[in-house]
Amino acid sequence: MSTIRIGSGAGFGGDRIEPAIDIMEQGEVDYIIFECLAERTIALAQKQKLKNPNLGFNELLEYRMKKILPVCKENNVKVITNMGASNPIAATKVIKNLANSLGIKGLKIAAVVGDDVFCSIPQYSDSKLIETGEKLKSLHSEIISANAYIGIEGIVQALENGADIVITGRVSDPSLVLGPLVYEFGWDKEDFERLGKGTLAGHLLECGSQVTGGYFADPGYKDVPELWNVGFPIAEIEDTGDFTLSKLHDTGGLLNEATVKEQVLYEVHDPSNYLTPDVIADFSKVQIEQIGINEVKVTGATGKKKTGQLKTSIAYTDGYIVEGEISYGASGSYPRAKLAAEIVNKRLDYIGVPILEKRFDFIGVNSLYQDFISDQLTKACTDFKDVRLRVAAKTLQKEDAEWIGYEVEALMTNGPAGGGGVRVHVKEVVAVASILIPEEEIQVQVIYEEV
Amino acid sequence: MKLKELAHSRTGDKGNIVNISVIVYDIQNYETVKEQVTVERVKEWFKDIVKGDVTRYEIECMGALNFVMTDALGGGVTRSLALDMHGKSLGAALLDLDLEVKELKFYQNFDNRSIRDRAVIY
Repeated sequence: MSTIRIGSGAGFGGDRIEPAIDIMEQGEVDYIIFECLAERTIALAQKQKLKNPNLGFNELLEYRMKKILPVCKENNVKVITNMGASNPIAATKVIKNLANSLGIKGLKIAAVVGDDVFCSIPQYSDSKLIETGEKLKSLHSEIISANAYIGIEGIVQALENGADIVITGRVSDPSLVLGPLVYEFGWDKEDFERLGKGTLAGHLLECGSQVTGGYFADPGYKDVPELWNVGFPIAEIEDTGDFTLSKLHDTGGLLNEATVKEQVLYEVHDPSNYLTPDVIADFSKVQIEQIGINEVKVTGATGKKKTGQLKTSIAYTDGYIVEGEISYGASGSYPRAKLAAEIVNKRLDYIGVPILEKRFDFIGVNSLYQDFISDQLTKACTDFKDVRLRVAAKTLQKEDAEWIGYEVEALMTNGPAGGGGVRVHVKEVVAVASILIPEEEIQVQVIYEEV
Repeated sequence: MKLKELAHSRTGDKGNIVNISVIVYDIQNYETVKEQVTVERVKEWFKDIVKGDVTRYEIECMGALNFVMTDALGGGVTRSLALDMHGKSLGAALLDLDLEVKELKFYQNFDNRSIRDRAVIY
């Protein structure tokens, strides 16, 4: 095959389905990927799986597959997705049942497993946390899930065995794209230049519309046409690994050098050393050239040998966060909001709620940047007309978080004049820390269903 | 003049680390941005928010700088008390930095109307 066309069908767990279906129907793509796992999504899925062993995959899996399966069969598009979350095997069973009920035959569905290392966590208790340098066993809270970012191995194996749909749990996001490229072109796993280029293609596709005008528009500076109808990207990749990005003509959005440059550096630290399980990709010499309307050619990425260490996300419970908000308007709103903050603060001391961390923000004044930047931006103005106090605090116990919420609510009757729009929200914190695990300690396996 | 007149930006998060790219619209303005948007200035600008180090990577071929700031998300996206726990709004604040620019240079990019319009204005 001279080129492979891969479309992006989702950039986050709850993304829109229409742009994906459009690409599958009109984009002449060979593959479509759905990237649906944020850092802690898998922990939330794991909690579901503990309650019900048939759950633990992306909540929109069935909804999406109902729409995808007929198109995937009709247009011969293979699907690769991490929607399996903490239970890829259960996800393949759901898809099998769905295919049966839709009367679709001749589909091979693969589950890639092995990323889940929850059961072997005790053997890593002396491993250092990447974030803090402390040992894993220093986390005193309950560990909910542990998943290694695995690479292309399982995806390639599934495709070699004829899978039409590949469902993974945690894999590195670019591997969703690099997997089919290695399979189709037969790239050597030591061909670091091609692996680096394919990783860049994956990196640019995995966030959906973020390369086609999403997360970009700034009216008057960076205008994006018809953003409401933004189209998702398609990469046409050559055997050399270089590729051209495009989107469907009748969609909204924008694909130009600027949108691509922003996304190349998105969530990247050292652009010469982008670590994945497959390669250390190097984006530092990338050439980005617009070659047509909404068509951008990307060349010049390369790579080096992988580290052999897999980043592994450990999700753990970390107390509770309460957020309480109340608004004050018109003249004097900022002084009234500040008085309200002072009242809550004194009340929390007075009733003696144990608090790990707290913070007071004034939405409309300093809630995004705190004081230094906010003062510069507003020229130290204090005459705000619409200020919302936000009290946020972290506690070990849920009851304590609730007590803080009551104090914010109490501002309605016991606080300054004209406080309205009170909202209080308490949530359990599922935090994520990371360790490194040698890749040879991970056993990737592929399990199949067929209809 | 604000940095925003010369460059655009995108913010990304990983754990407790934020990266902000600053990308010039026209490569002719890259040196100006490189000279004036220094690690020291960025660190000072975000001093209320960023508790760790600031590292700057220069990516000449894209006319870009990439600022990587550690201990910048109140302990991490998943446990931060901040309203914007991902720090997505930080890039916009960086574009509000004041620069000293004598001559602004823009090229025409046929597909981005606003950049083209601004090229006409300047």
